[in-house]
Amino acid sequence: MQDLDKIVAEAAAAFDAVNDAAALEQAKARYLGKQGALTELLKGLGKLAPDARRDAGARINAAKDRIEAALAERRQALARTRLDARLAEESLDVTLPGRGLARGGLHPASRTLERIERLFRSIGFDVADGPEIETDFHNFTALNTPEDHPARSMHDTFYVKGDAVPPLLLRTHTSPIQIRYMQAHVARHKNSPTMPEIRIIAPGRVYRVDSDATHSPMFHQVEGLWIGEDVSFADLKGVLTDFLQKFYEDDTVRTRFRPSFFPFTEPSAEVDMTCVFCHGAGCRVCSQTGWLEVAGSGQVHPNVLRHCDVDPERYIGFAFGMGPDRMTMLRYGINDLRLFYEGDLRFLQQFI
Amino acid sequence: MKFPESWLRTLVDPKLSTKELATTLTMAGIEVETLEPVAPPFTKVVVAKVLEVAKHPNADKLTLCQVDVGEARPLSIVCGAPNVKAGMKVPCALVGAELAGGMKIKQAKVRGTESNGMLCSARELGLSDDHSGILALSDDAAIGEDFRKHAHLDDHLFTLKLTPNRGDCLSLLGIAREVSHLTGAALCEPENRSVRNEIDGVRAIRLANPEGCPRYCGRIIRGVNARAATPAWMIERLERAGLRSISAIVDVTNYVMLEIGQPLHAFDDARLEGAVIVRWAKPGEKLVLINGKEHLLEPDILMIADERKALALAGIMGGLESEISLDTTDVFLEAAFFSPGAIAGRPRRLNMTSDASYRFERGVDPDVTVRAMERATELIVELCGGRAGPIGEARDVAHLPARKPVTLRTSRAAKILGVRLGDEDIARILGQLAFSFERQADGFSVKPPSYRFDIEIEEDLVEEVARVHGYDNIPTRPPTAVTELLPQPEEQRTLWQLKHILCDREYFEVINYSFVDRAWEADFAGNADPILLENPIAEQMGVMRSTLIGGLVATLRYNLARKVDRVRVFESGRAFLRTSAAPDERRSDQAVKGYDQPRRIAGLACGLALEEQWGEKARAVDFFDVKGDVEALIAPQRPEFVKAAHPALHPGRSARIELAGKPVGWIGEVHPRWQQQYELPTPPVVFELDLEPLISVGLPQYKEVSRFPSVVRDLAIVVDETAPARALLGALFAEGPPIVQDVKLFDLYRGPGVEKGRKSLAFRVVMQDTARTLTDAEVDAAMARLTEILASRYGAKLRS
Repeated sequence: MQDLDKIVAEAAAAFDAVNDAAALEQAKARYLGKQGALTELLKGLGKLAPDARRDAGARINAAKDRIEAALAERRQALARTRLDARLAEESLDVTLPGRGLARGGLHPASRTLERIERLFRSIGFDVADGPEIETDFHNFTALNTPEDHPARSMHDTFYVKGDAVPPLLLRTHTSPIQIRYMQAHVARHKNSPTMPEIRIIAPGRVYRVDSDATHSPMFHQVEGLWIGEDVSFADLKGVLTDFLQKFYEDDTVRTRFRPSFFPFTEPSAEVDMTCVFCHGAGCRVCSQTGWLEVAGSGQVHPNVLRHCDVDPERYIGFAFGMGPDRMTMLRYGINDLRLFYEGDLRFLQQFI
Repeated sequence: MKFPESWLRTLVDPKLSTKELATTLTMAGIEVETLEPVAPPFTKVVVAKVLEVAKHPNADKLTLCQVDVGEARPLSIVCGAPNVKAGMKVPCALVGAELAGGMKIKQAKVRGTESNGMLCSARELGLSDDHSGILALSDDAAIGEDFRKHAHLDDHLFTLKLTPNRGDCLSLLGIAREVSHLTGAALCEPENRSVRNEIDGVRAIRLANPEGCPRYCGRIIRGVNARAATPAWMIERLERAGLRSISAIVDVTNYVMLEIGQPLHAFDDARLEGAVIVRWAKPGEKLVLINGKEHLLEPDILMIADERKALALAGIMGGLESEISLDTTDVFLEAAFFSPGAIAGRPRRLNMTSDASYRFERGVDPDVTVRAMERATELIVELCGGRAGPIGEARDVAHLPARKPVTLRTSRAAKILGVRLGDEDIARILGQLAFSFERQADGFSVKPPSYRFDIEIEEDLVEEVARVHGYDNIPTRPPTAVTELLPQPEEQRTLWQLKHILCDREYFEVINYSFVDRAWEADFAGNADPILLENPIAEQMGVMRSTLIGGLVATLRYNLARKVDRVRVFESGRAFLRTSAAPDERRSDQAVKGYDQPRRIAGLACGLALEEQWGEKARAVDFFDVKGDVEALIAPQRPEFVKAAHPALHPGRSARIELAGKPVGWIGEVHPRWQQQYELPTPPVVFELDLEPLISVGLPQYKEVSRFPSVVRDLAIVVDETAPARALLGALFAEGPPIVQDVKLFDLYRGPGVEKGRKSLAFRVVMQDTARTLTDAEVDAAMARLTEILASRYGAKLRS
């Protein structure tokens, strides 16, 4: 019965010698098949005495188990080799560029406007809009800027040809949206004892007769308006300071409010912020002053509220207007406003 | 308003450095726009006299000068200036001097000859751009004196950006008064002397329209020498304030205007006939002004006239005929108060702003009329001689601006400003501003001074209080959010969501001008009657766009010219259309009568469908690529694309886009005519959609998902080329059995096996029931029904 160990060893060697599944099955037949070596031995068992037969049978079965184990191991090894070969064959140059769709992008000024909207929405400001061909009333008169007011010369206005008297114009600022929104708001709530607060921002295109490296005849403004029963200049300072810090993601941004004049606010303030480049030390961008002028603002003039049927004794609040184009230039380091309106893809592709 | 610091310091001299003074003004709302030294720094430049000028031995264009710089011996200096002459006085940079540009003066040999300094031009000293020759100084300049001291160069120029409400600061006196209020420094007003009347002549003055001119002073000065020279100190101040010296009398009127803020006008008295009358212009009245132009005047223009003729536009500009000349001997000097309302707007309309009109529009102090007259007379008599008559004055008190008392409630100020201010704080501030006031129950009754036209209502006083208190000293209250959540309508999309869809599909956003070339409107909108601008910035920006397509094509051209030939861009913005429809009542906050201004979103794609790459066969973007983009933009709404013609588009490759039967936009290839005219190498595909219909998307509504298997069958048919695929699909959906869940067109074939003029379409049909598994018989019947629908409606045959 020493043959058994020899047979097992031979079988293992035979399995190892083959390199594919078909040859392995042939080798298996030589040991475990109908005419296989072990099968032959089992056939011989019948000739033995019962005790010897049990003993020999057990040993032959043990040998069979060992051969089957060797076979399984070899099968796995071959499968592994096959898989490795396939994987090697299927390997890609993963550094080849991805197929197809890249992405487009928002205009940088739009990025700014979207951000501004989101920041103000987080403190409950809604977004309002209005027409760009505007009436003299909404653009000037209702904003406490009657005809012949010297402040009108601060705005170089585009006029629309037509029969309207006074002529229609392209809005010179987003402030007329204040008027339209307040009028609609008052009308909506005319039957309720208290008027809900007005918190809006109004972004949009505005137009002035002006064109050079820092002025475009069309540009953007964002108007803000908060009217309530107790909305003070201190709130104005708080909201704009917080906004500028959050917009530029810089807690060190400081603001400076300077007395100024706008017909539609009183008191009025120009808002300066510390220069985002030099942090107030003085540089070329801020003309060595350390400050950048970023917004006009103030407490809404009572005449403006009256034009909208809002009682100025009961409701007060502030308005501000800022230039998102300039904010965009400061944020992304763009040095020429004209790039905004040329549609140059080499410029736009930088804002994905 | 521009002035030298030294002049201001003669009137008020606070203990502040130049910079501190500027900051004080700026933070009080008198913005110092620029602050610059009169001259850049330089050292060791002295007044010198050229004693001798000889030719340079080795150079034709150079001279060798002997120059007295106030030292024991004259210096030898080589000079290249053409104007150098013996006897002239010039600025001379000594050896060791450092000039404006950093240039250092050394002893040097110029063409072999020693030179011990440099005679300077205005440009070399940074005084102006004049480099035509060396700067000639006056004969009385003291030799050897430091040139900076001689020319008063250690001074600063302040340029104020004054807001229209602060007309009171349009004079040195006004600014000095403000500085005095802000700093407490004493105000040293110019001496107020009356000139002795030496003659009797008075010209009668009639205020025909006192609402326009309630106060007018006139005075005759006889026997003046109009050719007298203006003194150097006055020229210097005028020039540093930005005014050119013209003649002594004009210079005096300008000087007094700068000093006190009262514009004055000097007439040649010999040209005046009878009384001086201030009145509105008569219909058809004309006047030749000092600029030589004749103007036809409208009846709301205030005139100075005599009994025979018009003389001047009151407060705006004088007339040519009565203008003083160098031969004038008798002057009629005018100092008047013209109401701001009588001047405002006219200069702009006449395109004729002047220093005088600028001041009158904003309000000139009605109390300084006589004082300014006296000051000007004093200076004229001093400089030009002559004898002054008494001041003739006409006044209509009823029309003079009255400063009405304004109530200021302490509680109101605190509420508006958000700062605790007590009665005492406010009283102190009012006192500081020299406002007279009386105390009342809750605050004050304030009477502003005559020069403060801008204090009319309580809020104006609140601003004054805040200004003097300091905006910096008002607290900064962090924002508080509302306690109620903002509505977030899920059935509506924002513009941002739409923009991001296009960005995700490789479009870049552009922002084009809303005013465009008239040709674009004609070509891309067939619009022969566009909305015109009265005053466009350029001819090709003269009309308001009614379509965004023109701008997108221009963007394409711009990029093609820069070798960027795959262009995918979009824009969202308004289009501008005339409308006769009444404004939408529900959108009264949007409406402007006669004009519809819809928001639009439009796109253009041109060049390769996919960016240059290795993995797919390159092909140009086509109608259906862009149609896919549009469908994605509009989803979940399902638009109809109806074949229709549009002026901008290829008639066979364009469609009107409809939602629920209403047109919402267009898509198509740009018309070959425009492709050629606009020099586009390949035809771009464009779309333009109204924005509002895309906003509303509805809420998703769940429909049961079947647990039973679906059956998929294909249906290939042959139909006439003209049968629109969308119609066939629609019919299959609308008329097919209910088990048909989905039908997709998956193949379109033309060619061998299909007759000419016909095409083969293949549909994949998905059938399913939510209650049971379908039987073969049901499926076969459904397919037969679908085939029959296409056969009967469109003459379709099964493809064999």
